[in-house]
This record gives sequence, C-alpha cells and structure tokens, in this order.
Amino acid sequence: MKTLILRTIAPYLAALMMIFSIFVLLRGHNDPGGGFIGGLLAASAFAIYGIASGVASARRAMRFHPMAIAGSGLAMSVLAGLASILFGVPFMTGLWAPPIPGIDFEISSVLFFDIGVYLVVLGAITSVALALEERDDE
Amino acid sequence: MESASNPYGVDISQAMIVERVALADWLLVFPVALPLLAAAILVMLRSRPRLHAPIAIAVIGIVLVSNVALLSRVFDEGPFAMTMGRWLPPFGITFVADILGVLLATTAALVALVCALFGSTSIDLTGRRYGFYPFVLLLMTGVGGSFLTGDIFNLYVWFEVFLISSFGLLILGSERAQLDGAFKYAILNLVATTLFLIATGLLYGVFGTLNMADIALKADDLRDEAPLTMLATLYLVAFGMKAAAFPLHFWLPASYHTPRLVVGALFGGLLTKVGIYALLRTLYLLFPEEGGTLSGVIAVVAVLTMIFGVVGALAQTDIRRIMGFIVISGIGIMMAGLALGDRTGLAGTVLYAVHSMLVMAALYLLVALMRRAGGTYSLLELGGLYRSHPLLAAIALLLVLSAAGLPPGSGLWPKVMLVKSALDGDAGWLAFAILLSGLLTTLALGRVFALAFWRPRADGAAVPATPLDRSGLFALVLIVMPILWIGLYPEPVLAMADAAAASLLDPASYSLLVLPAGGGS
Amino acid sequence: MIETALSILVGIFFAVAVYLLLSKHTIRIMLGVVVLGNAANLSIFTAGRLTREVPPVIPPDLYVPEIATANPLPQALVLTAIVISFSLFAFLLVLAWRAYQDLDTDNTEEMRIAEPKADPLPPLSY
Repeated sequence: MKTLILRTIAPYLAALMMIFSIFVLLRGHNDPGGGFIGGLLAASAFAIYGIASGVASARRAMRFHPMAIAGSGLAMSVLAGLASILFGVPFMTGLWAPPIPGIDFEISSVLFFDIGVYLVVLGAITSVALALEERDDE
Repeated sequence: MESASNPYGVDISQAMIVERVALADWLLVFPVALPLLAAAILVMLRSRPRLHAPIAIAVIGIVLVSNVALLSRVFDEGPFAMTMGRWLPPFGITFVADILGVLLATTAALVALVCALFGSTSIDLTGRRYGFYPFVLLLMTGVGGSFLTGDIFNLYVWFEVFLISSFGLLILGSERAQLDGAFKYAILNLVATTLFLIATGLLYGVFGTLNMADIALKADDLRDEAPLTMLATLYLVAFGMKAAAFPLHFWLPASYHTPRLVVGALFGGLLTKVGIYALLRTLYLLFPEEGGTLSGVIAVVAVLTMIFGVVGALAQTDIRRIMGFIVISGIGIMMAGLALGDRTGLAGTVLYAVHSMLVMAALYLLVALMRRAGGTYSLLELGGLYRSHPLLAAIALLLVLSAAGLPPGSGLWPKVMLVKSALDGDAGWLAFAILLSGLLTTLALGRVFALAFWRPRADGAAVPATPLDRSGLFALVLIVMPILWIGLYPEPVLAMADAAAASLLDPASYSLLVLPAGGGS
Repeated sequence: MIETALSILVGIFFAVAVYLLLSKHTIRIMLGVVVLGNAANLSIFTAGRLTREVPPVIPPDLYVPEIATANPLPQALVLTAIVISFSLFAFLLVLAWRAYQDLDTDNTEEMRIAEPKADPLPPLSY
C-alpha cells in the first residue's frame, strides 16, 4: 500500500480530514452532524495516515494511546451528564451557559457530551484500525 | 434556572419536568454513572496497572454502599423514578428504582466487589494492562443499567454494554480454548440480542412507545388486535437464550470454564440472572396475559433446563465445567417460578436469583482456590484437600449444601417457596422436578466434595499445605457470609423478595409510578 | 405499498441470515450475523411507519413542525443498533481471525478445544 502518491498525499489528506471532522462535530450542535460521525472521520484520517506512513508513525502522531483518548472522551461525556447534579435537574439534562455578547454560540453541557462521543469514537475505532493494520505488517 | 432555559415564553411544563430533583434521587444514577466514569479513568491510566485494583475496588465499594442506601429507601418509602434529560416520561428515558431491580443490583454490586477483590491477586499485571478492571466496571455498568432502566430499548443498550465487556473479559489471556469458547459465546449471544432488538422494533411498531410503564398501560387496549403473544414469545426466546435455558444453553458450557475463574465467577453470578430479570419484566409487566398463555411452555422448558443441566454436571470430570452445568440447572429452577406465576412462586424466583448470584460466584471462586491447593481441575486427580486446607473444606461443604438447597445454605428457602407454590397450583410434577434436580445437584456437588476433599489422593501422598493467598480467601469468606446469613435468617431478604413479587403482579402501580398523569398519546 | 415490499425484503434477509448461520464455517456464520443485524434494522425501520421526503426538522421560527414529518425515533433506534452491531462485529472479526490462526480451522465442528471429545468420565466410585 506504500505507493509514492499515497505517501505524499496522506499527511495532507489526514490533516484535511481532521479539520473537517472537527467542523462536522461542531456543526452537529444545531444541524445534522455530530460527535459520532466526526469521530469516524477523524479515525479514518488516522487509519489512512497509518496505511501510508506506517502504524508506528500514526501512533506517534496521536501522542496518546488511542484507548486513553477513548477513555478521556467517556469520562468527559459522563461528567457532562453528571454536571446536572449541581442544578437540581435530572441526569443528562442539557445545561446552557448564559450567552456571551458578540458570539453567536452558547457553551453547553451537550457540547461537551458530544466532544466526549467524538473522542470515544476516535479512540476506539483508531485502536481497532491500527491493530488490524499492524497485523498486516507482520 | 427556569428563565435561563426558557427564553421563548412557552409553557414547558407540558413537555418537561419542572420540579427540582432531590439530591437523594441521584442514588438511582450512581450504579451506572460511577462505574462508567471509573472505567473511563482506568482506561486513561492504562500505563499504571498497579493503580487499577485499588481504584476499582473503592468505586465498586461506593456503588455497593449507594445501592444498599437505595435499597433501604425503596423498601421503606416505596419505589421512585427519574427521567433523564428533564423530558417528561414517556419521552425521556426513565430509570426506575423498584424493589426487584434494586435488590438484584445490590447483590450484583456485592458479587462484583468480591470478584474485584479476588482479581487483585489472581489477575497478573499483563491482564490488568489488558484491561481487566475497566472491563469489570463496564460489565457492572451494563448489569446495573439493565436492572434499573424503565425503557425497553435502553435495556437493549445495557445488554450490549455488558455483552461487549464480557467479550473482553472472556478472551483475557488469549489461550486457544478461550478463543474457541469465546467464538461460540459471541455468536450465540449476538443472535440472542439481535432477536431482542427485532422484538423491540416490532413492539415499537405496535405500541409507538418504548417506555415499559407506558407499554403496560397500552397493552390492554391493543390486546384484541395486536400480535402481543408473538412479541412475548420473541422475548421469551431472546431472554431464554441469554439466561441459558434449554434448548438454547449450549453456549454456556462451551465458554464459561475457559476464562480466568474470577471472570467465570462474574459471569456465572451476573449474566444469566439478567436474562431471568428481563423475562420477569417482559412477561409480568409488559405482557401479563400473554405470559400466562406461555406458562405451559415455560414450565416444560424449566423442567428440561433443571434436569439436563444437572445431568450434564454429573457427566463432567473437570470441576470448572461442572459449575457451568450447575448454573444452567439453577436457571431452570428460576424459570419454574416464572411458569407458576403466583406470589409465592415469583418471590421464590427472586430469592433464588439473589441466592444463585452469590452461590454461583462463590463456587467459581472456590474452584480457583481448589486448583491452587490441589494443582488440578480434574476430579480424577484431586484428593486429600480436607486434611491440608480445612477452612476451604468447610466453605466448600457450606456451598455444596447451599447450591443443593439444603440447610444451612441460602438455597433452601427459595426452593421451599417454589415447591409450595407448585403444590398449591396443582403442579405436582413441577415440584417433583425441583426436588429431583435438588437431589441430583447434591449428588453432583457432593461427589466433588467427597472426591476432592475427603478421599486421600490417588497416589497416597499427602497434599502439601500450600498457603492460599489471603485476599482470595478473604473474598470467598466475604461472599459466604451473606449466603449463610440468608440461610439462617432469611426474613429481611424474604420480605424484599415478597414485595418484589407483589409489585410484579401489580403492573398498574408500576405504570402509575412512572406516569402519574397517565400514558403519552 | 412500500411497507409490503420492505416486509418481503426483511423476510428474504432473515432467510439468508438463518441459512448462513446454519453453516459450519466461521466466515459464513459471521456473514449470517451481519445479514441478521441488517434484517433487524430494516424491520425496525419498516415497523416505525414510512413517510417519504419530510425530514423531522423544525424551522427556526417555529416550535412544532408545520406538517406531519417522518418519525425520527426509529431512525435513532436503527442508528444506535448499527453503531452497536458495528462495534460487536469489529470485535467478532478480530476474534474469528485469531481463532482461525490459532486453531488452524474455520470449521466449527473441529473447534473442540474447549470441549474435548475424549474427556474421561469422572470416577464412578469413591
């Protein structure tokens, strides 16, 4: 799979897919999109990078172990749900911070939940994909 | 809070919960949220496997304490519900703390705590780095969520959560026998949950709602035109497969003896009982009349399961595999109560589920310690353990009596109730089958005790008094204590089981609890 | 009309899935599981009633949709089920591959390591 064309273009393609994945994640706040599909896009970015430049460099590019990323996402989602304990509303209730003047975007617990989902999907799928790619190298 | 979330000037009380949620109600979410959070943190700490055991044991301990608090509150003040995301039921996903769910969730937390303690010495660092404790916590999340949710699709999701973590635990070690067992376990359980999913999809098509309380309310009106018996049958097949009822039990003896024994203890203690719980919910809460129609089938399945299970145990040489068949036999006894369907019978089933969770986990842990003491799993070679490990022998005797339903073990009372209910309900053959399976269990497990403990070793040599590891033995003693307690002083647990049975027979009160204003349109 | 067609399709999916699941070879069993999962998803989709070309999106200036829209709930259920079955299948694929490598067979009748055929009987006397 290590053709010259793929190896040259993969870093750019992966970077582009990462940016697009974050766009899809944030767009999902009010429009179709969201953490799951964004996470899948980001995972495929790492998978492509792993195919082109080898699993070892994909792991280096991630800095953290994929499962650790998934764990941090899961923790973030649960904490976003547990935040409602402070406001006397049921578990998983969406909480919105007061709008900041001049910015057409409200920070909310829902957003953090979605970012958590993004990280879980990114970590879990990348971990499976890289494990399968590693097997081919042997 | 009100003005911040409602800038549109709309009356949100039509769709959302406006009352403040008491802090005490959060006990209902902790059994799910805390293990999930802890699992996430442990996954992040994967390079520090030494920290895993203390964190996991502490969190499971907190969950156990919170479950006990929840249980005492529900028993004293009655059940309550919490609907996620502030949406009014049936639109939001509801969690319900009723006595049946909370009693089983508390027992499950106790079993998980004991297994986590046992794993702290029996699972090596490689196994912990691989993720033993995160998987145990995820399993607990799934099992706890299953017992507490009031939404049928949410129940499916929790089933999948514990299914995925059980896959991970099953192949911990990656031995050849594990891969073989895990493949069969994975395929058959996946088929079972797919059947559950299909049934739930069709149920949604019929009812247009997934909230169990709402379904129970609507079932009466739809009974004449909708295929409810088919739905009930689909659920019976799906959950019967999860519970390992004859003839859908073949995945259990193929897989439960292959993983680490502490994993076997968790599985034998928790997983099949979730299937029984789901059967109780669907057949008594959702489809009481259809469940009654199916009771003849369930009774036959129950008898076949309890007899075939224990006959399988009689034919085994490997003590791990004997325990797998004993688990199946216990499922048959619980299904007998499901078939009888009166208050005594259902209370017997609930009590037996509690007993079975504790005793089956304890039996697997006992097998692990027997292996450490005697060096083998084979009944042909074991022997002489009574002389070298008297404490282990005493615990083993108690567990054998308990599993067989003899005093002073915890198995006696549920069997008494089931036999009484069967005799009251003119089902003498069911009572006979329960007693016969008890006799055969005594034979199967009594033989294990006689051969492994009493008999001198075949080669005549004395068994070296290998010291057993302290925390393993401590874990076993910890789980034997409630078994003995239920056996000697059953009143508190019996009262809870009776209350659970009463609430199962009164689905209207469950619906009223979740939906005080009646069902959604 | 379209419901009838989809119901027949679901039936065909189930038939194919059961046929594949009854096979001896792990790879066919796996394919059977996939087809079964798709059959389940399609049946939920059909059971949730079908409304075409009316996405359940509420215009920005309204609080309720103007006309009857497609029911979003079955699609949410299907999406959840797809996600779960996807992850389970990823696991199963790796498991089957490992089993094939380590056990040297994809024939389930030869997979007898966990339950060996020649297991001796337990001692029949004390």
